[in-house]
Amino acid sequence: MGVATLLAVMAGVVLGGAAAAWLFRAALVALSRGALRRSLRGAPLTACFGMLVIALYLGVAILAPLLAPYGERAVVTVQFAPWSADHWLGSDHLGRDMASRLIYGARNTVGIALATTALAFMVGTTLGLWAAVVGGWLDGALSRAVDVLMAIPSLIFALLLLTIFGTSILTLVLVIAAVDATRVYRIARAVAQGIVVMDYIEAARLRGEGGARLIFREVLPNAAAPLVAEFGLRFCFVFLAISALSFLGLGIQPPTADWGSMVRENATLITFGDVTPLLPAGAIALLTVAVNFVVDWQLHRASGLRE
Amino acid sequence: MRQIAVMVGQRLALGLLTLLAISILIFGATELLPGDFAEAVLGQSATPETVAAIRRQLGLDQPFWVRYWAWLSGALQGDFGASLANPDRRVADMIGVRFGNTLFLAGYAAAMAVPLALGLGILAALWRNSVFDRGVNAGALTAISFPEFFVAYVLILWLGQSGWFPTMARVPAGVEMSERLWRTFLPALTLTLVVTAHMMRMTRAAIINLLASPYIEMARLKGVSPLGVITRHALPNAIAPIANVVAINMAYLITGVVVVEVVFVYPGLGQLIVDSVSRRDIAVVQAVALIFAAAYVLLNLAADVVSTLSNPRLLHPR
Amino acid sequence: MSSLIGKGLSRRGLLQGASALGASALILPAGLRPARATPQRGGTLRLGLGHGSTSDGLDPALWDQVFVQMLGACLHNYLTVVAADGTLEAEVAESWEASADAATWTFKLRDGVRFHDGARVTAADVAASINHHRGEDSESAAKPIIAPIVEITTDGDDVVIFRLEAGNADFPFIMSDYHLPILPAADGRVNPDAGIGCGPYTLQTFDPGVEATFARFDDYWKDGHAHFDAIALYAIIDAAARQNALMSGEVDVIDRVSLNTVHLLERAPGVKLISVPGTQHYVFPMDSRADPFTDNNIRLAMKYAFDREELVRTILNGYGVVGNDHPIGRSNRFHADDLEQRMYDPDRARFHLREAGVDTLRVQLSAAEAAFNGAVDAAVLVSESAARAGITVDVVREPNDGYWSNVWMQKPFVASYWGGRPTEDWMFSTGYASGATWNETFWEHERFNEMLLQARSELDEALRAEMYAEMQAIVRDEGATVIPVFANYVMAASDRVMTPEVIGANTTLDGFRAIERWWFA
Repeated sequence: MGVATLLAVMAGVVLGGAAAAWLFRAALVALSRGALRRSLRGAPLTACFGMLVIALYLGVAILAPLLAPYGERAVVTVQFAPWSADHWLGSDHLGRDMASRLIYGARNTVGIALATTALAFMVGTTLGLWAAVVGGWLDGALSRAVDVLMAIPSLIFALLLLTIFGTSILTLVLVIAAVDATRVYRIARAVAQGIVVMDYIEAARLRGEGGARLIFREVLPNAAAPLVAEFGLRFCFVFLAISALSFLGLGIQPPTADWGSMVRENATLITFGDVTPLLPAGAIALLTVAVNFVVDWQLHRASGLRE
Repeated sequence: MRQIAVMVGQRLALGLLTLLAISILIFGATELLPGDFAEAVLGQSATPETVAAIRRQLGLDQPFWVRYWAWLSGALQGDFGASLANPDRRVADMIGVRFGNTLFLAGYAAAMAVPLALGLGILAALWRNSVFDRGVNAGALTAISFPEFFVAYVLILWLGQSGWFPTMARVPAGVEMSERLWRTFLPALTLTLVVTAHMMRMTRAAIINLLASPYIEMARLKGVSPLGVITRHALPNAIAPIANVVAINMAYLITGVVVVEVVFVYPGLGQLIVDSVSRRDIAVVQAVALIFAAAYVLLNLAADVVSTLSNPRLLHPR
Repeated sequence: MSSLIGKGLSRRGLLQGASALGASALILPAGLRPARATPQRGGTLRLGLGHGSTSDGLDPALWDQVFVQMLGACLHNYLTVVAADGTLEAEVAESWEASADAATWTFKLRDGVRFHDGARVTAADVAASINHHRGEDSESAAKPIIAPIVEITTDGDDVVIFRLEAGNADFPFIMSDYHLPILPAADGRVNPDAGIGCGPYTLQTFDPGVEATFARFDDYWKDGHAHFDAIALYAIIDAAARQNALMSGEVDVIDRVSLNTVHLLERAPGVKLISVPGTQHYVFPMDSRADPFTDNNIRLAMKYAFDREELVRTILNGYGVVGNDHPIGRSNRFHADDLEQRMYDPDRARFHLREAGVDTLRVQLSAAEAAFNGAVDAAVLVSESAARAGITVDVVREPNDGYWSNVWMQKPFVASYWGGRPTEDWMFSTGYASGATWNETFWEHERFNEMLLQARSELDEALRAEMYAEMQAIVRDEGATVIPVFANYVMAASDRVMTPEVIGANTTLDGFRAIERWWFA
């Protein structure tokens, strides 16, 4: 493919995305009321594109059994079948329908990533803010404990834990969440440390505020922006963690379809210029970009900048 | 500055405690792993007798604390013991060259990634919401959402198979620096692509987070140029989170690159520790884990020093 | 692509072996052989191997995978060696002779074989090299196969005598096992970590898990062998990295070609595939002591529920043949050719379920890539084909790490593999005999065990063929292992690499001897 064709295709994709995003925004604005409507009207096209993609993914995830032409695990044709009317995206290395696996993959992957990231943020943020607000020995003890855990490389840590506890989806979620929570803790604490020395926190303390109220009412709102930015990235790191673990022979139990493992299963094809592994990788990338576009929009609103 | 010195001193002492805690944790975790060195090394050909013979010879039949104590007393005297797999090879010798390789690759990738990430982050903050901002963001996010091995394979397809760069990043002893840089370019580029997005986005977010502050408004009203506002007024106050995220990514470059090492056949520490874990070769696991931990502790200390210096309020707690 | 097929193993001349080196070339009339360039000397052969670990060492007792096996072939010679055509050739031994009961074996050593340090190979070296694997404190993986040796004595510098606890007509084959190279001894003991042998190449550098390099040993005794000036072995674990290294010319030969993409590699310019059907087979052993596998009808139902042709087509991408639930390969001498091939038959499976008194069956199948490449995928395919027979197979993906100690021979139904053995007796007595260490199904069969002993010391070839045929039928119909496929050894090489017409089928890389049998055009 020539460079010109490539550029034309990219321009087409961008234009198509923008058009879809514009329509989606118009639809949202028409359907909403009040403050929500005002903020949606001001939303940039990228954010709308992001919301559109997320909505599509959620729809696909929820309706997977209705949308998928074949079963998640059914071997329906020869391996590496080309794209055709029967098998829109061809088949994988076992002859399972690629499109169906991608659709079921949305359900499994997004579900697992969401659960893991939410868990990691609940634990990490709470502990991080708590440590920064209370300070003293608690901060010291928590930070040292997290230092110890973080100083063990995450892949090695996960390898050890998963080998000890086995690889069910639950342990996978817990282990990756535990690894991620330490990273979230550090960011949350670092951000909050800059906040707790501010005068308004002093004032709140003098008012007698403390504990949970101080953390969630005073510190958290002001620490939200970097944490939201972190959330957008952590979310996609879960796919990558699963993918890297499957590189080491751990990861999700087959025949469950998840994008991280699907990239790994088909990855060798890419060195021959075959695009099959691009499909699950592209699905991950699109979702990551979409989530972070929305995050950027919220970040921008939270910063209070008016431009 | 005295506070800084005291802080560094305290943190280094704490760092040693961290290392001690890690050594117990790793030793214990390796102990909890099903199977031991004798079973792992024999694999499918293990028989009860040979397993027992190996355990006896290597002292693996001793209780946990006895073995840990033997290891610790050796380590305190600077002797990390011998590999279980190769009793003739001291762990220190096994690790030496690989540690150098790991540091080299991490340094190479960081030298490309950090300036790139900071530069792009500042420009994205400056031209926020522009096409440039969106484009850089989308590009960085796309790069980061591909698994490392996938990025590596794509680079091999484009840059390796055409013969521009070698796909095996072996570095024979005594090659020249330029040759070395050329041979390890693909793994370094892979790692750059993997870590840049995270740092770039944090830079952008941290700066934008400050732009609504009154003092920035003040500077802007004084007529400082937009670039000046960001570099002279916003950036200094955004250093703490940036330094933190840079430290995390530098630590990752040292400790987390086993997948890239495997794909490019690069002899670094990551492959060594994974092999050693699966062989339950505890002396090697311990030594590498401690190196990783020390790298992590030092990088974080550096980040905290930079953060403290950048925020006088942290320097003079009330 | 050129597909080169190894011939069957033959034990011709085994009982009274002679120096058979070059014999096959002499037997074949020159006119029948296609014209082939005579081997050229020179060049450095760079091999990209799919194994290699930082914990690899020089001690042959602990060797376990291809990287160290190739290292052994470079550095060392053995008493005997399996030739490319499957016959047993003399190597360090010049000839051997058995007593009438096949329980005492006398090996006469070849004159003029030297170690890399210049010392002559003597009977004392041979005795010490084998003794390294025996005894109470032995850590050797070869300990079980040489356990029947009761005593090793020497007679002068040239004669070694092995006394066995019982007759074994195949004993010289055992001496070709890769764990048993001949090392230099001092005071009756070998130094296994010295890296000195009497093989075709001397060790230059060894960085475990990374690479090993060798230079040709100038005093190597074999003529017309060891054509390369130097050898480099690289450990390239990742299958895609291995292919890339070959395609970009950074290595000359790779093993363990990823069968997922082999159809694409075939088309790559300057690359040829080398596929050798051998004795390697993938197995799914069921624990015959554990319910429900105690019932032979359940085991038969499982055997009929495997779609063997689909497994060959998908998991092996066509590079293999279907198995018949016994471990003897088609290339083996006593392979039972007229035994009916078992095929996928869901109705037969249901029939056997009914015979066992059940309508449906639910079992767990544990697998990991450690068992063989594609084991997890194979298990998934099996669960699909078994579902059509009313059998629910729940695939459990186990970690690669610790697979052989925690899963294999621990869980009731797992994936596993065998490299195969050059003789029927060796194969059966290692994996199927009552009480054998690696009897992975814990299977006990009185008639089978009796015949195994009889056949081992039987000297009449026709009678042995009959016995081994019956044993194959017993394993097929009453054994507890599903053996759905025999997998080829699939390697790839650059066009410059030339190979002999017949490539060894007993292991990968021409019986590990690619380093001395192959050459550059």
